[in-house]
Amino acid sequence: MFEKVLKKREFTLFVLLVFLIVIISLRSPRFLNIANFRDILDDTALLAMVAMGQFMVILIAGIDLSVGAEVALAGMSVALLHQYHPEIPIFAIVLLSILIGFSLGSFNGILVSLLGIPPIIVTLGTMGIYRGFVFVVSGGTWVSAHEMSDAFKNLPRGGFLGVSNLLFAAILCVIIFGIFLKYTRAGREIYGVGGNEIASQYVGINLKKIKYLPFMLTGSICGLVGLLWVARYASAQSDTALGFNLQTIAACVVGGVSIFGGSGTTLGVLLGVLLLGVINNALTQINISPFWQMGLQGLIILVAVIINTIMERRTQELIIRRRNL
Amino acid sequence: MEQCLVEVRGIKKYFPGIKALDGVDFKIRAGEVHALIGENGAGKSTLVKLLTGVYQPTDGKILLRGKEVGFASPHTSQRAGIAAIHQEVTVFPELTVIENVFMGHHIKKPMGLIDWGQMREKTGALLEKLEVDIDPDARVKNLSVAERHLVEIIKALSFDVDVVIMDEPTSALSLEEVKDLYQIIRQLKKEGKAVIFISHKLDEVYEIADYFTVLRDGKYIGEGLVKEAGVDKIVAMMVGRSLSQIFPKVDVEQGPTIFRVKNLSKTGLFKDITFELHEGEILGFFGLVGSGRSEVMQVIFGIDQLSEGEIFINGEKVLIRNPTEALDKGLSYIPEDRQQQGAILKMNIRENVTLPIVNELSHARKFLNKKGELKVTQEYGSRLDIKASSWEQLVETLSGGNQQKVVLAKWLATKPKILILDEPTKGIDVPTKAAVHKFMGELAKQRLGMIMISSELPEILGMSDNIVVMHEGCIAARFTREEASAEKIIKAATGHI
Repeated sequence: MFEKVLKKREFTLFVLLVFLIVIISLRSPRFLNIANFRDILDDTALLAMVAMGQFMVILIAGIDLSVGAEVALAGMSVALLHQYHPEIPIFAIVLLSILIGFSLGSFNGILVSLLGIPPIIVTLGTMGIYRGFVFVVSGGTWVSAHEMSDAFKNLPRGGFLGVSNLLFAAILCVIIFGIFLKYTRAGREIYGVGGNEIASQYVGINLKKIKYLPFMLTGSICGLVGLLWVARYASAQSDTALGFNLQTIAACVVGGVSIFGGSGTTLGVLLGVLLLGVINNALTQINISPFWQMGLQGLIILVAVIINTIMERRTQELIIRRRNL
Repeated sequence: MEQCLVEVRGIKKYFPGIKALDGVDFKIRAGEVHALIGENGAGKSTLVKLLTGVYQPTDGKILLRGKEVGFASPHTSQRAGIAAIHQEVTVFPELTVIENVFMGHHIKKPMGLIDWGQMREKTGALLEKLEVDIDPDARVKNLSVAERHLVEIIKALSFDVDVVIMDEPTSALSLEEVKDLYQIIRQLKKEGKAVIFISHKLDEVYEIADYFTVLRDGKYIGEGLVKEAGVDKIVAMMVGRSLSQIFPKVDVEQGPTIFRVKNLSKTGLFKDITFELHEGEILGFFGLVGSGRSEVMQVIFGIDQLSEGEIFINGEKVLIRNPTEALDKGLSYIPEDRQQQGAILKMNIRENVTLPIVNELSHARKFLNKKGELKVTQEYGSRLDIKASSWEQLVETLSGGNQQKVVLAKWLATKPKILILDEPTKGIDVPTKAAVHKFMGELAKQRLGMIMISSELPEILGMSDNIVVMHEGCIAARFTREEASAEKIIKAATGHI
């Protein structure tokens, strides 16, 4: 049993994460305290949610480049609505944000599944369209803190038992989609379609539905994240969540999700998200110049993936050798 | 006569430009093993795809227990009790055995979540029933090819089915594994299930099937009891001509020695290999798997390096360090796994055939010369009788036999002086084989020297001028065409000399 755990790539990631935390703590005593960890978790909550969506898209061998734009458009739309109609109750705003995201994601999904256009091209296009709409609806201006009510701004910050609503939403999101992927037919069929599309067709999986679902779900998540994002940072801007698509892809890849589809685990993605969160936080903590941060981030991602690949190859060889004995 | 479980009447399936099936009748009764026979491209796989709901017929009827049915999708066909093991391996490599078995019809708990426990149990029960030792939790990518096939069979049985279709189930199995498969088929038969067995190996048909139906060029040719039909009759139905025409050996007067190897050795694989090849000669290389035949050829072609020995071309000693040098010296090597190593499926016939010589054909060696390419493709394509609507047709849309001909054409277009063929007709149907053999005869007439590796004795005996038999990395015996007999060759190959 223990041997089995050791061989899992999640374990390698976990060791890497602990190793990183120890190293950083040695350099910066401020890093290792509860308040800072709560910060890291809050900071990575938004990433975790969208990464779960991106994870599902990558499982069907797709990629969603439009997530950042979806977050920005949904966030800007609800922020504007709130600014001009503060009487609309918060829970309605929450539902509306999800609905907006749902529509944006569905548009991606329909183009991919019904017209059979490759996801990278569809989402490259909609990334531009959605981001362009942010400028159109806002007229290039911001929605700033003083234009938002306290109830709006407190949505992500409030909470109970010392857990912020934001973190709570992320935990819920990971659990729901974790169960979805492991314990529902549609979830397993997502793995199937990504692993072998022809075989999926032969066993009667509805390819159109399964190729649509991940984009729709990702969009819905992005809608909610958009609201939480503008509320948390108390500002909705045209460049909100710019470059966020790459971070979500990075989290998945670091978490061991195969970019070719059909392989990856929720736990892996979660560890990938945490690893990125810790790195982001630590680079500021140990006073690394922001000029260096991006490069270092990229380097650490590559190192994580290389270690993972090597470990995977070694277990593969081990299994083959054992079979030949 | 008892009622038919499945009956197909006058079924037609047209694709743009191709009549894949053109009025086929077929019926199968419960407890029957029914062989569906026909050459590649005869329409067997298309019929399977119609029965399993992957395709929908252009015209015609499918009757299940006397009632007309329509299979809109694989789901409806499976629910009606038909499951298939397709020719292409349709596993999910990243997923476990359990999940491969239940993909598309996972067992759910009352509240709608997947019941992993019950799926594991059922998989275990099926594995036990078939007496197979596979870990249900193993990922399929870590299983051997034979084990993957077993997973496919278990997948088919996990549906509550009456009809099991096996499309070329033995092509990747060893003799021992084929025996296990027969055992499974007999058990299914005992349970009253109908098995549709597709194979182009007639000995398998005689071993396992009760009844047969022959298709040719998408048409129904005939049917009958296997016991009552002779090999000649079935083959004649398949190809429309008789068996004696299959090895059209052309007598060619042999010229001088063009190729010679002396004391070729590769540590651990083979040693002291000496032979020579003349103009217009077909030299057969026979040996069991692992005897080192292919390894010798790979060293000669520069894929692998030799430890010792010398190679002479036209009496001149040569050094071949890589395949490019081999090609330059007029050697061509057609590997065994042609579909994987040979053809680029996403390219058309013309592009495939001219791939190795595209530079020579190009204007000023830079700008593509489509006219010239077409001329070369036309020349070799028609000589090999490649069946296609045009030379611009994508190779992936061709039948398996025609894909193999494309690869042959590609290597022949390099105008080799010495051609090494590794299992030139393995896994292809009788008429394609005949076309390849006929073409080899033609090449011999054009003074080409050929080395033919083959595991099929009739082919070795029928085509070779001289025969080299290898056993455990050494040459065990040499025969001329006149001396050779099946018995002598087998004895030498198994070390009984």
